[in-house]
Amino acid sequence: MPLWQGHSPETRAEVKTCAARLRAGFEAAGAAPVECPILLPADTLLDLYGEDIRARAYVTSDALRGEQMMRPDFTVPVVEMHMNGGAEPARYTYSGEVFRRQEEDESRANEYLQVGVEVFDGSDPAAADAEVFALVRAATEGLNLRAATGDIGILLAAVAGLETSATRKAALMRHIWRPRRFKALLDRFSGRTPVPPSRLALLSADNPLDAAGPQIGLRGRAEVEARIAALKADADTAPLSDKQVGLIDAILEVRETLPYALTRLRDIAIDMPAISPAVEGVAARAAALDARGVDIEALDFEAAYGRTHMEYYDGFVFGLYAGSRPDLPPVATGGRYDALTRILGQRAGRPDGIPAVGAVVRPGLVVELEAEA
Amino acid sequence: MSVKLGVPSKGRLMEKTFDWFGQHGIVLGRAGSEREYAGKVDGIDGVELIMLSAGEIPRELAAGRIHLGVTGTDLVREKLAGWDQRVEELAELGFGHADLILAVPQAWVDVDLLDDLDAVASAFRAAHGFRLRIATKYHRLVRDYLRDHGVADYQLVDSQGATEGTVKNETAEAIADITSTGETLRANHLKILGEEPILRSQATLFRSRRAEMSAEDRQVLALLLDRLGLD
Repeated sequence: MPLWQGHSPETRAEVKTCAARLRAGFEAAGAAPVECPILLPADTLLDLYGEDIRARAYVTSDALRGEQMMRPDFTVPVVEMHMNGGAEPARYTYSGEVFRRQEEDESRANEYLQVGVEVFDGSDPAAADAEVFALVRAATEGLNLRAATGDIGILLAAVAGLETSATRKAALMRHIWRPRRFKALLDRFSGRTPVPPSRLALLSADNPLDAAGPQIGLRGRAEVEARIAALKADADTAPLSDKQVGLIDAILEVRETLPYALTRLRDIAIDMPAISPAVEGVAARAAALDARGVDIEALDFEAAYGRTHMEYYDGFVFGLYAGSRPDLPPVATGGRYDALTRILGQRAGRPDGIPAVGAVVRPGLVVELEAEA
Repeated sequence: MSVKLGVPSKGRLMEKTFDWFGQHGIVLGRAGSEREYAGKVDGIDGVELIMLSAGEIPRELAAGRIHLGVTGTDLVREKLAGWDQRVEELAELGFGHADLILAVPQAWVDVDLLDDLDAVASAFRAAHGFRLRIATKYHRLVRDYLRDHGVADYQLVDSQGATEGTVKNETAEAIADITSTGETLRANHLKILGEEPILRSQATLFRSRRAEMSAEDRQVLALLLDRLGLD
């Protein structure tokens, strides 16, 4: 049973007290408290996350403001607020309800409290990553949580460094956070899956547009022709080598404690020098975590961690889990989301974005685990 | 108490449902005039016929207000989250066949598979500044399908009827709709993607997992299922 909904006033008071304590802890570490609206304009979130967000967030509307979403998390409004006048470096904390539509599992909460911290400070990214991780670790001390960490930046760097066309790299980059399509593209580009017959027929036709029939809809003939030209160019592109695909697979398979993972990634970087800066970023972060007193010898690192459920996280990612309660969602999650700030920054006149890392804790889960301890 | 059976209240779906039950010796019919939505049942005692819109039958089953119901698989899966925890499929009735499919203009000679649709969505968004629009009334089924297959840069726009016309009217670039023969699609210069349908649907007899039953109802249900050859 999710805490918060349907619970006694006493339990709710406990969760609120826990939230206040967590936020006070982040404030004490230098974060300024901020508040955000519950109703957010839907178009920003739809632009970022596409139609999938409708499955995760409640959408409502009125005739005046159009579609509004009930805050699914604080990251987007906090970044927007900061871009409208904040200066770096900045540290913010917040506490409030978030709303998540649930269509699969009735036992999952669709309304709960989140307490978060966001750090906009580009002076030393590794130190900022370590700062956020250590803050959240400290805030949940005593709950005996297992930490999972990763770094999406490794995979991004690997794709950027592939020996193939810019078009193919862009297609892979677009699907970094959708493993199934990413894999399908990789298989296609490496020749592991055959070219579909309909594609072959299109490419070999003398006048493919003969079959077009009347032109209807907004996508014009020029767009169809441009894509046929792009497909022809792609058909002439040499396949990705098995070695390159093997290196991507090797990266995605890295799953060790941090020091061993680093050794493994440095081995891979010998054959794929493009990932070296990202790998050294992991090393710098490990040093920064160590300096903050985190036991990095015991810290798990998975290169593929956070790929499916944390879109736009493009560097450090982490989650803290209750080992005794595998049925629970993570108690805390966080990561670096520079990519998200670049997209939001296009509207705010800051297309370069802001170096940003943050995390959230669920006080409802903290209270639930404390009650069991 | 009685076992409540919900069936579509009009059209071919109603007639074929009556036929199917009739073949098993259960005679369903309207109680009064053509316009009255009360039903009667001959051939078995303790079964009450409830005439409903096919679109409302999933909700009534999920709420447990009817014990059995005949409707399309498409409607149950679209309208009921976690459908298999709320209802049980007892029998496919062999009529009302329709596939939920994705269709694009025939003029898109470069598009045959989801791969193509996804690539076109990306280029379309870059060229037009908004996400490629897919008109449908099956929002959940289509969204789940496209998410599972990793398609991005599209948006669903609601269309409750005449969906095949939305592309020509430039309110959508593609559609997701139910089709049985594909004729309306062809007439509107659309073609079906060369993938398996999102869903193959047909009229199906469902049992509510939540409807309350007395001991007497259980006996009636067992007898009915036996008569229908479903025990």
